[in-house]
Amino acid sequence: MTGSRSTLSIYGEKAIELLIRLCGVSAIIFVFAIFFFVFREGAPILASKDFSLGKFLTSTEWYPTSMSNVRFGTLALLAGTLSVTGVAMLIAVPFGLGAAIFVSEFCTGKVREILKIVIELLAAIPSIVWGFIGLTVMNPIIQNLFHVPVGLNVLNAAILLALMSIPVMVSIGEDALKAVPDSYREGALALGATRWQIIWRVLLPAAKNGLLAAVLLGVGRAVGETMAVLMATGHAVQIPHSIFDSCRTLTATIAAELGETREHSPHYQVLFLIGILLFTITFIVNLIADFVVKGVRKK
Amino acid sequence: MVKPKVQVENLRLSYGPREVIHGISFDIEPNEILGIIGPAQSGKTSLLRCINRTIEFTVGAKPSGTIRVDGEDISEMRNVYELRRRVGMVAPLPVGLPLSIYDNVAFAPRAAGMKKKGELDTLVEKCLTQSALWDEVKDRLDSLGTKLSGGQQQRLTIARALSHSPEILCLDEFSIAIDPVTTMRIEDVLKVLKKEVTIILVTNLVQQARRLAARTMFLWNGEIIELGPTEQLFGDKPKDKRTYDYVNGIFG
Ligand SMILES: Nc1ncnc2c1ncn2[C@@H]1O[C@H](COP(=O)(O)OP(=O)(O)O)[C@@H](O)[C@H]1O
Ligand SMILES: [Mg+2]
Repeated sequence: MTGSRSTLSIYGEKAIELLIRLCGVSAIIFVFAIFFFVFREGAPILASKDFSLGKFLTSTEWYPTSMSNVRFGTLALLAGTLSVTGVAMLIAVPFGLGAAIFVSEFCTGKVREILKIVIELLAAIPSIVWGFIGLTVMNPIIQNLFHVPVGLNVLNAAILLALMSIPVMVSIGEDALKAVPDSYREGALALGATRWQIIWRVLLPAAKNGLLAAVLLGVGRAVGETMAVLMATGHAVQIPHSIFDSCRTLTATIAAELGETREHSPHYQVLFLIGILLFTITFIVNLIADFVVKGVRKK
Repeated sequence: MVKPKVQVENLRLSYGPREVIHGISFDIEPNEILGIIGPAQSGKTSLLRCINRTIEFTVGAKPSGTIRVDGEDISEMRNVYELRRRVGMVAPLPVGLPLSIYDNVAFAPRAAGMKKKGELDTLVEKCLTQSALWDEVKDRLDSLGTKLSGGQQQRLTIARALSHSPEILCLDEFSIAIDPVTTMRIEDVLKVLKKEVTIILVTNLVQQARRLAARTMFLWNGEIIELGPTEQLFGDKPKDKRTYDYVNGIFG
């Protein structure tokens, strides 16, 4: 009896191991499958004689539906995505990490619970609603405050993106800080360090990997966000020269135009190529992060 | 009569509604090693945390009574950070900060405003030598303190506690996580240090108090059962029967 039982449990264990392995492998399969699909839809354009990859990456002229002279230059869109994301991070990183430090180190009891709930609520607002806010609330505020003709611009979208990515940063950042053992805080405290010195010299170095992950998740959220930026940037194809210029992002372009294209037309294929470009950007961001974390660890 | 280094008067401490130290009073002489023995949960750690005022960071902890260092009431000291630098603390489990060996030792001086590389170098070497660690780590001061062995980390925490030149050094069951050989080395270090600082030695090894302390306190359930010359507590006739039982391991 015990013999058969143990064979059964051995098989059971094997089966569970297999299942877990499958889960792990499936993540890799999904990534490749998605990449493959997007690539298959977009790739044929690369072979077309009317299309030049150089122009695609370096030209600012985006006239995908022109009858006489079709031009697929994405530089302006890329600039739009990068500038909106960049400005958003300038706002979100200090606020997000600051809030994480505040919640984790300075709040106790009720205040802390309430703050966490409010921040989570912020994360639950759908992006289309943020878009409304950009259109109807932020637009006039920016116009009046800075005396600019249009309030739908880089700044508007960046503020929305910042607000959208702050909750992620706060909750991941707070987890990272909470994971720092209390003995570090007490150790530093007993050495006569002030609260600020403890945060600056002990907590931040100890939690840096987690904090970096928090920032990167925020960047990922910002690069990939579509609806809100579609509504708040002004959707104008141009390289923005100031934060008050309108612009257009890669994601918004795909969202706005894909529905209008014929399947497998050049325009359709170029939009998929833009998808690959986005993919590449996030891939590079993650890669850099990996290197940074490893470099930090080595030291 | 020498002036006492530390005077504790009617110290009480409660965590929330529960009182764990019930009004104790005693003095500590300058440059003595005062041993504190007693079973777990009797309030030894809490007592030390009252002396450097880190108790203030425990939510709900309420101390009362007075503690004087060099005659000055610590609750009236404005600069609590300075108090904590005057009172060094070594915790039971070594808390290597997630920094290099060098930065661990330089942490407190830097926090206090010392910036010059030369001064810091000298100080780091001096403290690591005092804590009998210098020879083992002098070639790798840049590597992480947390990568050292348990015994080395404990000596690193001692070096760190010495780095701010404390007048009083509190050791809280420092040998709980280290081997006997290292323990003996640190004990030798303490015997030398005694010339410069006043040492409060909380220990789980009663024999350690016997080896090092001139006077020993037996703390039990937040009360001082007996405080006197170490030979008295460890001899055949301590004042209290409970001391005899505890020291001789008959304690239930
Ligand atoms: N942070 C705390 N909050 C509540 N009670 C505590 C805390 N720290 C210690 N105590 C209580 O205080 C008493 C004394 O503990 P402690 O000072 O750690 O004793 P010892 O160091 O002698 O083992 C124990 O009953 C313990 O449960
Ligand atoms: Mg203790």
